[in-house]
Amino acid sequence: MKKYTYTEKKDTRSGFGAGLLEAGKNNPEVVALCADLVGSLKMDAFIKEFPERFFQIGIAEANMIGIAAGLTIGGKIPFTGTFANFSTGRVYDQIRQSVAYSNKNVKICASHAGLTLGEDGATHQILEDIGLMKMLPGMTVINTCDYNQTKAATIAIAEHEGPVYLRFGRPVIPVFTDPDQKFEIGKAWMVNEGTDVTIVATGHMVWKAIEAGEQLAELGIDAEIINIHTIKPLDEEAILKSVKKTGCIVTAEEHNKFGGLGESVARLLSTELPSPQEFVAVNDSFGESGTPDQLMTKYGLDTIDIVKAVQKVIKRK
Amino acid sequence: MKHTINELEDIASQVRRDIVRMVHGCQSGHPGGSLGCADYMTALYFEIMNYSTDFTMDGKGEDLFFLSNGHISPVFYSVLARAGFFEVAELATFRKLNSRLQGHPTTHEHLPGIRIASGSLGQGMSVAIGAAQAKKLNKDHSIVYSLHGDGELQEGQNWEAIMYAPFNKVDNLIASVDYNGQQIDGPTEKVLSLESLQAKFEAFGWHVIESGGNDMESIVKALHYAKTLTGKGKPILNLMSTQMGAGVDFMMGSHKWHGVAPNDEQLANALGQLHSSLQDY
Repeated sequence: MKKYTYTEKKDTRSGFGAGLLEAGKNNPEVVALCADLVGSLKMDAFIKEFPERFFQIGIAEANMIGIAAGLTIGGKIPFTGTFANFSTGRVYDQIRQSVAYSNKNVKICASHAGLTLGEDGATHQILEDIGLMKMLPGMTVINTCDYNQTKAATIAIAEHEGPVYLRFGRPVIPVFTDPDQKFEIGKAWMVNEGTDVTIVATGHMVWKAIEAGEQLAELGIDAEIINIHTIKPLDEEAILKSVKKTGCIVTAEEHNKFGGLGESVARLLSTELPSPQEFVAVNDSFGESGTPDQLMTKYGLDTIDIVKAVQKVIKRK
Repeated sequence: MKHTINELEDIASQVRRDIVRMVHGCQSGHPGGSLGCADYMTALYFEIMNYSTDFTMDGKGEDLFFLSNGHISPVFYSVLARAGFFEVAELATFRKLNSRLQGHPTTHEHLPGIRIASGSLGQGMSVAIGAAQAKKLNKDHSIVYSLHGDGELQEGQNWEAIMYAPFNKVDNLIASVDYNGQQIDGPTEKVLSLESLQAKFEAFGWHVIESGGNDMESIVKALHYAKTLTGKGKPILNLMSTQMGAGVDFMMGSHKWHGVAPNDEQLANALGQLHSSLQDY
């Protein structure tokens, strides 16, 4: 098992803030919009640097999506910022008609996704957003795993033509990816090569997959770990190549098992390479209040849950 | 004036012929609101707006128009074709398979003149505001126009946009409301009363003007006046009294022709009331 270490913990949303500032410096057409959550989305640095390119919308997410669509018509590259719940479910029809169907170059940037939002509870912990967004034709869906990857992804999506959903989160987590990485949309990252099982993880579950890989190594199981940061378009080639070698797969995501990464992988494998698969995901449930760690444990999204899923799936080979 | 009032009325009559023929041709679509807005749309595209028919999505240096109540697509398509954005013969494909003239306007089929999809109501004002703010960032002094149904104002997103625009001094926007008092299920007064739209928009900080939307002289005058109000710190609302079905007597004065196509006999009756100034497609 390749050794991963970290020297600090940071939140992915801060990676977004840093990336947004960088994207703004790279391209004068980049503009930002926020629905009264500037601090939570870490947009302050961008606003300070480019006050005239920032639009405070107020608590009116539908209007924000529409204004963003309109801004693209003048050649702007708008980044909208709010919580994942208000970025997707609340404004689904606005995104569907004014952004996706109209093929507008809007970057929908969503913080506080999943259970790790914590104490605010289920009203704010969206676990359905990946499913909602991946079903929209033409929408790119990205869920990043640490500060550095989120920063790199934010910079990369500014250079990509077309609508994007970028999902990140609230808690501080280990920073373990390369600070100078080049983020390639749709290209899986091989975290660890192995032979016994493929673990495909996205977002906050990537670090847990690495921890699981270390524990599995002690048990004599050689896990191949792949980070799928881009859920759509899915890097089908990377997944198929790995499963051909290992013969089984575990998917891990901070999302409902319905509609998430796991289902995308299952759809691929069922047609191309039927293989045993286990899902580490929320079991068709809403979340609740609690600390992020407590919630990840209660809802079966811990390191140990990945280990158990691997042990189970290997037996099904 | 690019055209006399008579000339504009002639074009509007041809647009009305196009509308009823298009809706008859596919036996579906929305003739009522389309007919009611024929004069406004003709005034906009043949007198008021500066634009190029050599279509670009960003429309830099051009006035832009956004149709929020996308179901009145027949009038939009007719005016775009008559203005030269595409061949008028293509109007015959309206709502048919493989057509660029979808039931509701879309950019998806790349029809020149369309910059956003609309149909699901209440989204157009936000888009128009975004386009207007992009013009400001680009130091482009052109004007953004938008059209909204009155019943459509029941959608909440409008009020987010109506609150936003004056606060942010979006004063390069002239929004018009097709104030015909009708919606699918009946008069707006009975479905969900709009009460005083003028008072509501003014309370939100808009400069409100009124016009007779089926009186070419009134609508042209109002839109010319509205242009003089741009750049003064407030978005402008043109509250435009119209009749659903205007120009075809049996379609007027009721919500019944909101979304119903005429049969052969009704088409002949309608066309008998509308002279052809340009040629039928």
